[in-house]
Amino acid sequence: MILDGKCPTGPIEKTWDKHRFDMKLVNPANKRKYKILVVGTGLAGGAAAASLGELGYNVEAFCYQDSPRRAHSIAAQGGINAAKNYPNDGDSIYRLFYDTIKGGDFRAREADVWRLAQVSNNIIDQCVAQGVPFARDYAGYLDNRSFGGAQVSRTFYARGQTGQQLLLGAYSALARQIKAGTVKMFNRTEMLDLIVVDGEAKGITVRDMVTGEIRSHVGDAVVLCTGGYVNVFYLSTNAMGCSVTAAWKAHRKGAFFANPCYTQIHPTCIPQHGDKQSKLTLMSESLRNDGRCWAPKNKGDKRAPGEIPEEERDYYLERKYPSFGNLAPRDIASRAAKEQCDDDRGVGPGGRGVYLDFAASIKRLGEDTIRERYGNLFEMYEKITDENAYKVPMRIYPAPHYSMGGLWVDYNCESNVPGLFVLGEANFSVHGANRLGASALMQGLADGYFVIPYTIANYLAKTAPGKVKADNPECKKSVDDVNNNLKKLMSINGKKTVSEFHRELGRIMWENVGMARSEQSCKEALKKIPALREEFWKNVKVSGSGAQFNQDLENAGRVADFLEFGELLTRDALYRNESCGGHFRVEHQMPDGEAKRDDENFCHAAAWEFKGVNAEPELHIEPLKFENVHLAIRSYK
Amino acid sequence: MSHDKTMNLTLHVWRQNGPKDPGKFEVYEAKNVSPDQSFLEMLDEVNEDLIKAGKDPIAFDHDCREGICGMCSQVINGMAHGGQDRTTVCQLHMRMFKDGDTIYIEPWRARAFPIVKDLVVDRGALDTIIQAGGYTSAHTGGVADGNALLVPKDIADYAMDAAECIGCGACVAGCPNGSAMLFTSAKVSQLAVLPQGKAEAKRRVQEMTGALQECGFGNCTNHYECQAACPKGINVKFIATLNREYLKSIF
Repeated sequence: MILDGKCPTGPIEKTWDKHRFDMKLVNPANKRKYKILVVGTGLAGGAAAASLGELGYNVEAFCYQDSPRRAHSIAAQGGINAAKNYPNDGDSIYRLFYDTIKGGDFRAREADVWRLAQVSNNIIDQCVAQGVPFARDYAGYLDNRSFGGAQVSRTFYARGQTGQQLLLGAYSALARQIKAGTVKMFNRTEMLDLIVVDGEAKGITVRDMVTGEIRSHVGDAVVLCTGGYVNVFYLSTNAMGCSVTAAWKAHRKGAFFANPCYTQIHPTCIPQHGDKQSKLTLMSESLRNDGRCWAPKNKGDKRAPGEIPEEERDYYLERKYPSFGNLAPRDIASRAAKEQCDDDRGVGPGGRGVYLDFAASIKRLGEDTIRERYGNLFEMYEKITDENAYKVPMRIYPAPHYSMGGLWVDYNCESNVPGLFVLGEANFSVHGANRLGASALMQGLADGYFVIPYTIANYLAKTAPGKVKADNPECKKSVDDVNNNLKKLMSINGKKTVSEFHRELGRIMWENVGMARSEQSCKEALKKIPALREEFWKNVKVSGSGAQFNQDLENAGRVADFLEFGELLTRDALYRNESCGGHFRVEHQMPDGEAKRDDENFCHAAAWEFKGVNAEPELHIEPLKFENVHLAIRSYK
Repeated sequence: MSHDKTMNLTLHVWRQNGPKDPGKFEVYEAKNVSPDQSFLEMLDEVNEDLIKAGKDPIAFDHDCREGICGMCSQVINGMAHGGQDRTTVCQLHMRMFKDGDTIYIEPWRARAFPIVKDLVVDRGALDTIIQAGGYTSAHTGGVADGNALLVPKDIADYAMDAAECIGCGACVAGCPNGSAMLFTSAKVSQLAVLPQGKAEAKRRVQEMTGALQECGFGNCTNHYECQAACPKGINVKFIATLNREYLKSIF
């Protein structure tokens, strides 16, 4: 099937304004008759629930953490982009649009990206009004810094905790609506199924993580804001509870999953220290503003960094990409780091690391300035590694960080299942094959504050409120299915723990479908994943019972879904027989090792339809048209 | 840098099935712990052993494991988050301990935080305080340009110092009175100094301190234990600001 993104036509500058007018509205007196279920309370979900509640809809919001303030958006460090052009350095909505399309390696929809760039400015204003303490200069004006993939300074930031401050802004707006009674909040509640009635999304089935109760909630529309899936690699920068579960359950109920192979491996993470590690920690990309990446020129050079003279260091990003230098986009910087290590020039334990060196900046600006800019990051680095990065260079290595792929949505952020909307990292819409730094926060808030309040009305206006009641047979069936699945997990009582399976899956994924992929490695993974899944369902050991607070059971459910999803990701990586952005197929590279796209055959989004656990998914295609930014080889030289 | 030496530790861990059940310390051995592991990774290993032995693993809250989400919340050897300066449990590393150590691990203990299970407590009361007024009533859309309101750097920095609070509740756990004054004062102060927050400052401080009392938190008697326990180094000067804002609001 050829999918229609339902993008408005005409001059790109007018698309969103025109579309906003064309969409239907719900009259204020009728809004309260509609119930909207918002799953996830990060930037996208928190902003959506708060904004929809404020508009007068009857909202129920759900999160798996003990408070909506803890969603993993909180961990974003560096900043948020907007086309304000406050520094007068040549920025514009068009340039942000252009940079995002190019940064995504021409694999995103133009109209969606235009809208994102257009509303980016409203986001900053909104957050300021909420009391987000963005960095300011002495005169009181908002400050900006540079980020990867851009030659203008358009990134707004709040020390190294921008995600935290933006999330707390959305959380406070949400808190205000909870107090006002327009939003009912369900903490420690995990979505385990999507309820579809007559082809439309009308509810969810959840597990109360404290009591173990399984129950369904019905509504007039469901909004998934449940984040990304890179925990499929086991070790990633995501929080421990991040999973594909909500998105996967929706996929199993008919929602198409688009471009799952687009995963972002972030270049500046703290290298792994041992086998027992549970997660990897990111050091903000903003560090590359003042840090210089280098590796020893000589293979196997085991000297301490201070003993390696200047002429024996290879500042490889500056060498390879003179115009962007250390601010090359993430996919490019990650692959370059891997290249150094594969060439036996890596540093630190196991040789899987490169240096990020601040010596030159400290010499130029002084240690105090560097501390002011990145103090909390240096501190975090020291806590984890026991090393002082003011004195010795940081060691960094790429790690799974973000997923550009996600549930397929049209221009309205609505999936192919009517009534199911997907926002933020959980959808596939704007980042193409590679996301630029400081754009995730922008997307989450754009979708939540400024897109869904308009587009959901267009759907609701066409549907009668309260069409599906709690006694609908689909609800009972869904609750029964969830209960049976949990019972099955509890009853296996095998020999291996959930974590052991997760680690093993992570290893298969990282080695075969990680930073570099090939036909052979994908085929290898496609043999191993189903085998591991089969073993899981025969030999996993889950402790306790379902009718209580049981973290082992929560985890088991998530890993079970990753074991299905990992196969789809791999299948997509095998299908996409080209390299683009974060998806690097070793068979397709330029003579200098850059990603080589195949626009003739792959200038489209690949959306997969679930056909059963051990059955091949069906592929649907949405062709991508580039009418404003012309398809070109991405160059950061 | 990696250390070769591993260590063996004895853990006394608080186990409690639910809020109404009696709780007690259970003793576990943590073997071959690497100094580079985080405290929670050490607990993960203990749990793996418990699961394999068919026993109930220790329930503890955690999520981001990079010190920002505020989910992790254990009292270690009597100190909230373990006593390392400005460090959450998830960022506490085993190199802070030595071979043969005995470690006591308990949940946050405060009247306003009922125990859910083992080391997990219900901190919903902190959300209730924010819901009472920890926001500006800005509507989505229809706000002024970000640079329309000038906020000089010192004011923005002061607000940011307060806004760093991660809402973990260590201040409450550290306080002999179980007071959430530091938590509340951080939000009140952040919004009171910013021009965006001034319009509602009076109502905000009254509503939030009202909620503070209703939720069962104790009062502040200037022990400063909250500041010592805070993993983000939130300063008690914000409590002074809270008091000042409160006094201002009643006249």
